[in-house]
Amino acid sequence: MAEVVSMADIEATAQRHGIDLSSVDLDSIRLPPGEDFGIKSDDDEDLHQEDPLEFEAGFGNIIVVDNLPVVPPEKFEKLEGVIRKIYSQIGVIREGGLWMPVNPETRKTLGYCFIEYSTPQEAELAREKTNGYKLDKSHIFAVNLFDDFEKYMNIPDEWTPAEIKPYTPGENLQQWLTDEKARDQFVIRAGTFTEVFWNDPRQLMPDLVYRRQYWTESFVQWSPLGTYLATVHRQGAAVWGGATTFNRLMRFAHPQVKLIDFSPGEKYLVTYSSHEPSNPRDTHRVILNIFDVRTGKVMRDFKGNADEFTTGGSGGVSGVSWPIFRWAGGREDKYFARIGKNVISVYETETFTLIDKKSLKVENVVDFNWSPTDPIIALFVPELGGGNQPARVSLVQIPGKEELRQKNLFSVSDCKMYWQSNGEYLAVKVDRYTKTKKSTYTGFELFRIKERDIPIEVLELDNKNDKIVAFAWEPKGHRFAVIHGDSPRPDISFYSVRTAHHTGRVSKLATLKGKQANALYWSPAGRFIVLAGLKGFNGQLEFYNVDELETMATGEHFMATDIEWDPTGRYVATSVTSVHEMENGFHIWSFNGKLLYRIPKDHFYQFLWRPRPPSLLSAEKEDEIAKNLKKYSKKYEAEDQDVSLQLSEQDRKKRKMLQEEWDAWVSKWKQLHEEERELRVQLRDGEASDGEEEYEAKEVEVEEVLEVQEEVVAFDLD
Amino acid sequence: MRPILMKGHERPLTFLKYNREGDLLFSCAKDHTPTVWFADNGERLGTYKGHNGAVWCCDVSRDSTRLITGSADQTVKLWNVQTGVQLYSFNFDSPARAVDFSVGDKLAVITTDPFMGLPSTIQVKRIARDPSQQTGESVLTIKGPHGRINRAVWGPLNKTIISAGEDAVIRIWDSETGQLLKKSDKETGHQKPITSLSKSASGSHFLSGSLDKSAKLWDARTLTLIKAYVTERPVNACAISPLLDHVVIGGGQDASHVTTTDRRAGKFEAKFFHKILQEEIGGVKGHFGPINALAFNPDGRSFASGGEDGYVRLHHFDPDYFNIKM
Repeated sequence: MAEVVSMADIEATAQRHGIDLSSVDLDSIRLPPGEDFGIKSDDDEDLHQEDPLEFEAGFGNIIVVDNLPVVPPEKFEKLEGVIRKIYSQIGVIREGGLWMPVNPETRKTLGYCFIEYSTPQEAELAREKTNGYKLDKSHIFAVNLFDDFEKYMNIPDEWTPAEIKPYTPGENLQQWLTDEKARDQFVIRAGTFTEVFWNDPRQLMPDLVYRRQYWTESFVQWSPLGTYLATVHRQGAAVWGGATTFNRLMRFAHPQVKLIDFSPGEKYLVTYSSHEPSNPRDTHRVILNIFDVRTGKVMRDFKGNADEFTTGGSGGVSGVSWPIFRWAGGREDKYFARIGKNVISVYETETFTLIDKKSLKVENVVDFNWSPTDPIIALFVPELGGGNQPARVSLVQIPGKEELRQKNLFSVSDCKMYWQSNGEYLAVKVDRYTKTKKSTYTGFELFRIKERDIPIEVLELDNKNDKIVAFAWEPKGHRFAVIHGDSPRPDISFYSVRTAHHTGRVSKLATLKGKQANALYWSPAGRFIVLAGLKGFNGQLEFYNVDELETMATGEHFMATDIEWDPTGRYVATSVTSVHEMENGFHIWSFNGKLLYRIPKDHFYQFLWRPRPPSLLSAEKEDEIAKNLKKYSKKYEAEDQDVSLQLSEQDRKKRKMLQEEWDAWVSKWKQLHEEERELRVQLRDGEASDGEEEYEAKEVEVEEVLEVQEEVVAFDLD
Repeated sequence: MRPILMKGHERPLTFLKYNREGDLLFSCAKDHTPTVWFADNGERLGTYKGHNGAVWCCDVSRDSTRLITGSADQTVKLWNVQTGVQLYSFNFDSPARAVDFSVGDKLAVITTDPFMGLPSTIQVKRIARDPSQQTGESVLTIKGPHGRINRAVWGPLNKTIISAGEDAVIRIWDSETGQLLKKSDKETGHQKPITSLSKSASGSHFLSGSLDKSAKLWDARTLTLIKAYVTERPVNACAISPLLDHVVIGGGQDASHVTTTDRRAGKFEAKFFHKILQEEIGGVKGHFGPINALAFNPDGRSFASGGEDGYVRLHHFDPDYFNIKM
């Protein structure tokens, strides 16, 4: 804003410029009201939108109940009593808050009454509950909020056709997929800036797409198919996207939103906030909204105590396990579910209500997972009654809710379920107690979902007592990797559920002994895996080819905290986020473990590759391309060559230029230096040699008398 | 390149200085005794006893007869290099930080720290040929910059004084009048306190090292930014090679911020950069604490580094070093 200028200042300025103030007609230079000369002030508009002023209407807690019986005065009290009885159940009616007007001529009632509650919420609830209430056959209540009346009154009597806005085609939100160089994008958050870059491995550096300060107040998140970037603010969440830059596409109001989650087909956005109660004895309140991403409409909201949303075992005091709503796989976004006490509530998105209007009853269920592709739920129920009732893993088909397969398990301490990304296999990691119940050991139950009757196979490691550090399925593949054994140097084993010789049996491919690794990161395209030693191992990386069972490269990103493959499986990003004070920044590696470039960034919070939607090519077509890879790759190799030539040429030129620049600067300096020579010599009292001249080394012998001692030497004169 | 480890100080090193011929190396540390070494083999030649506080900086006259040292004991002392005898002591009201002889060794610039409400100052003292005629009065006193002035050096022909310090601004002053002539601006200048200034052999340009993890090369006359070298660590010390187009930058995580026991975490390396291309050439590891001082031998064939670990490491370059092609 402009500073406040006093009149005296204005006069002084006017005088300086020789302007007679009295001759200036201020009105002639002021903008006429409503005219902005086409200059739109952005911030004004923003302010307007973000803080809609809420006026206290005052009648929000009053409802109007219509269709009451018309009664003479003698029955007035009785009717009033009935109404009071009905409506005081719902909320507190204010003193004198029930008013039934009477026709002054006939002294009969007019068939309606006003009820004033103490809060608008109660009024709203009363409207919801009693609108359509049947007092008797001919008296069905019509209940409205008093405020609504005004709204309805204002509707013009004559129907006017809705104005149809001309269709303006939206931007191509998937423009980034058409990049000529087939590059991928990523977003980083460092300091107060959020930046989106192209990963440009040919240039060995990132290429900025969009940068914005204070873009988000807590974090950013890509939608699962990469179309949107979501930002989180105090007032709610927003999604951004566009062809070449990032524009705000939609806002989702949800005060104090903490967490967000997209449905897998990115049709819906779930937002979550928890509100600490003002009274410490009250429970935390939780609010969840499900928005339609494109229209911004709230499809369903859930409110309740925090306890209702924390699941049996895993939640606990710390809060909810996110996401609360887990979405069924596939791009249709048809179902979502959440776990409750002894139930799993499955909703469908057509109506946003429970399937069959009731939840799936499962006594003591503690965990469930959707198949990533099919509407199948895998759920786990722990052992009950001290082992009398076995633990159980079962697969349930939605919407039919029929159980596809079930397996009882004994002496179980815990279960974890891992789906393979195509939904073909399910691995259940089962921790069992040993006989003494003092320790546990681990085995796996492997479900083959796509085969008839869903066969189950039990897999135990060679050494049953090995602790399982990590487990990961090969995406789209049939292999999985397990880190087992004791830290400092655990072993890593690879298994396949479908080798050439044993199609129906799981078999071990290899075991790597004594690796410094505690996390597994498969390439999204399968075949390659990064065996990473994070945390205690200080960021050891091993790039491993599972087809050939050989290590391609090893590397280290000191203190690395996060590793993420790009969606195509060509590059790996390792980053050190601000959990560490030092070393913040990220490195980009090729899939085979070559370090391409390093970017240090202080206060580094997030690195996220922009996801890509699944390929449109059929599996056959992909195979064909893989077969004729040579033919296709020629073009790209030539391009690579060109770029690298160009780069070296550029580099050479740049160096030459820098050198020339420097030489020019030095020669200029030398000239000045020479001119000043005389003066310098003077300063040194005529000592001619300048600093840069040769000096002569002289050997100087210095004799120092250390001590003089006189001694009387006795001798004989003989 | 096998370094010579010189263990003569009991506390972290603060400053290193070669004499003009490059046969002597003077070292200052937080213990109270500046030390002189043979620059060739690292043999200790002697110490200068008399200070009663950490010694921050020193300079040696062109003829290697006089040594000037600035100390936290609020004195700056003049020494006879050869005998180690204290010739004169300038007394101040606050700790002295930087000292530098002018061309001709007739003047010395001294900076003092802000202390007990006193602001930091830059003072110019006349250095008498005959120590018996030495007086303590200042020819010039400059006040103004906030915070410590970590370094002050003479500009070309003693006409200017270049100072830099905690406020991250490099200033050029008129050495006659004390007028501020130039200062680095926010965009091109450093973002965090400047820890060191190092002039090139010719005095035409100088290098500034800062805690903002960069070192910058400036024109000593115009204060135009010529080059910038970016590292991963706060820079405590820097030096320009007199022989090749190289600069060396040292530093490391502040000792109080080193939380892991892993030496790699601190990056206590002396990093070499190509002066013109601004590209990293390599690093010399060895210290197990941040590097606080760096100096090139005037012949450019060896360099010394001093660390928080109390060691001075003297490195004579291998022949390969002189054949590095960029």
